[in-house]
Amino acid sequence: MKGKAWKFGSDVNTDEIIPARYLNSSDPAELARHCMEDADPAFMSKMAKGDVIVAEDNFGCGSSREHAPIAIKAAGVSCVIANSFARIFFRNAINIGLPIVESPEAVAGIQAGDTVEVDLGAGVVRNATRGSQWRIAPFPKEMQKIIAAGGLMEFVKEQIASR
Amino acid sequence: MAGHTITEKIIAAHAGRDEVAPGDFVYADVDIALGNDITAPIAIREFEAAGARQVFDRTRVVLVPDHFTPNKDIKSAEQSKILRDFARKHDLTHYWEVGEVGVEHALLPEQGVVGPGDLVIGADSHTCTYGALGAVSTGVGSTDLAAAMATGKVWLKVPSALKFVFTGKLDPWAGGKDLVLHTIGQIGVDGALYRSMEFCGPVIEALGMDDRLSMCNMAIEAGGKNGIIVPDGVTRQYVTGRAEREPVYYTSDADAVYEKTYQWDVTGMGPMVACPNLPENVKPVGDLKNVVVDQSVIGSCTNGRISDLRIAAKILKGKRVAKGCRCLVIPATQEIYLAAMREGLLETFVEAGCAVSTPTCGPCLGGHMGILAAGERAIATTNRNFTGRMGHPESEVYLSNPAVAAASAITGRITHPKDVA
Repeated sequence: MKGKAWKFGSDVNTDEIIPARYLNSSDPAELARHCMEDADPAFMSKMAKGDVIVAEDNFGCGSSREHAPIAIKAAGVSCVIANSFARIFFRNAINIGLPIVESPEAVAGIQAGDTVEVDLGAGVVRNATRGSQWRIAPFPKEMQKIIAAGGLMEFVKEQIASR
Repeated sequence: MAGHTITEKIIAAHAGRDEVAPGDFVYADVDIALGNDITAPIAIREFEAAGARQVFDRTRVVLVPDHFTPNKDIKSAEQSKILRDFARKHDLTHYWEVGEVGVEHALLPEQGVVGPGDLVIGADSHTCTYGALGAVSTGVGSTDLAAAMATGKVWLKVPSALKFVFTGKLDPWAGGKDLVLHTIGQIGVDGALYRSMEFCGPVIEALGMDDRLSMCNMAIEAGGKNGIIVPDGVTRQYVTGRAEREPVYYTSDADAVYEKTYQWDVTGMGPMVACPNLPENVKPVGDLKNVVVDQSVIGSCTNGRISDLRIAAKILKGKRVAKGCRCLVIPATQEIYLAAMREGLLETFVEAGCAVSTPTCGPCLGGHMGILAAGERAIATTNRNFTGRMGHPESEVYLSNPAVAAASAITGRITHPKDVA
């Protein structure tokens, strides 16, 4: 995953990521059109596929709406890097396969517009613009299984089939 | 061996384990899996795409069309229809149509669908409300709901716990809402991230169930996984005659381990207000005297219960909503609506110039029924005041208890209820 970094502050909430006025739809393409609209109305016109969101504390706080990680994923954002994630956003990202990285060091070392490479397999975030890189802690084993399966529904498919 | 918190005990019991410790990863059986008209359509799509043919238990999958209902437009009507069709197809026992539906987190405790000892997940962040009954209850996403609808299970990381002990004498104009706003103001919107929030102490023991539900409702606004109150006589009295299933009363051990304990003497603490644009921007109501409001909203899963409406009606009785200000009153369930009607509260509201609506989440999330224009400002008994939460991104929301919201409607500016009583 490689793209340009878009920086945001702390407590970016799900109302900013995808405002409730658009929640009368659950179509990923439609949600993507309004991705980050109330945090940065021009975000979708500026970003390119593969770009990375870099934010500070508590990214995705607020509502449980999975529309938020869906909108980010469908917009083509390849990864979200933050100091910390709100818990429902965190589990939604794991469950739908939106790559996320918790790394205060990387957040501090990335400026807006830098080119960032994320290699989850190798556990590395690299700032290609500045030549720095950071190791990232792997997810707990059980979460890795869900990620490796391609998300929660793929993970539980076998259980569902055996019912 | 150290003791356990009520949260650890309930998770262990649902994970088939003798005990669990913070950080443990478990698959737990859910008693209730909940979705609404915004989150369930995605869950239903995922459920069907995964090839699931039946729900794990038709009495435990609960669908509540409450956010954009009565349907605000064609798109939301389509969303509601997905719930209706699914409920019919799977013969769900817990689905309510407009006319019987209420705001989910007021409706489920009232109807006894959730109760003490339960493990509940809901694709709605305010699912943490039911902790007031002594349940472990937490918000999840639509995919979690889809998996739980099919398998009856959810993955959980056992949270560490924060304990909040409230002592002293609570101000007559303050209640559960003010206690939880104070808490969020002290620890911040991520002060309880991933953690369990246990509320206790003599002030909590003296609170009625409606106030306890308000408090646990806002645990998520501090980032908490769940809010919880150990059941007592108030809990037993509340669930008697309601609970659909036999309640199980858990308690926290005296030697349970808490990551941190906060102890606050709340004597002298009056009503609190959270200022834009985060629930942690909390100030005493007296500091905000000159703030003009265009709208006051009294309702929601936080404060749309009968005791909230009684407080608001007491303030509004014989008074008028200020010229240029709108006041919306939204009883959270049909039962509450009927009680308010029989007690004459609705008459008081209408005579005061309030608009009274059928139950809906409506304005709380900027859905419908009371959207703000650019530059407008509301005071609301709801739970979030993020940028654009109630409408235009340049509108503002202040969060308060029902007495403050009612008093502010009368003067058109943020007002301490004692100044209009």
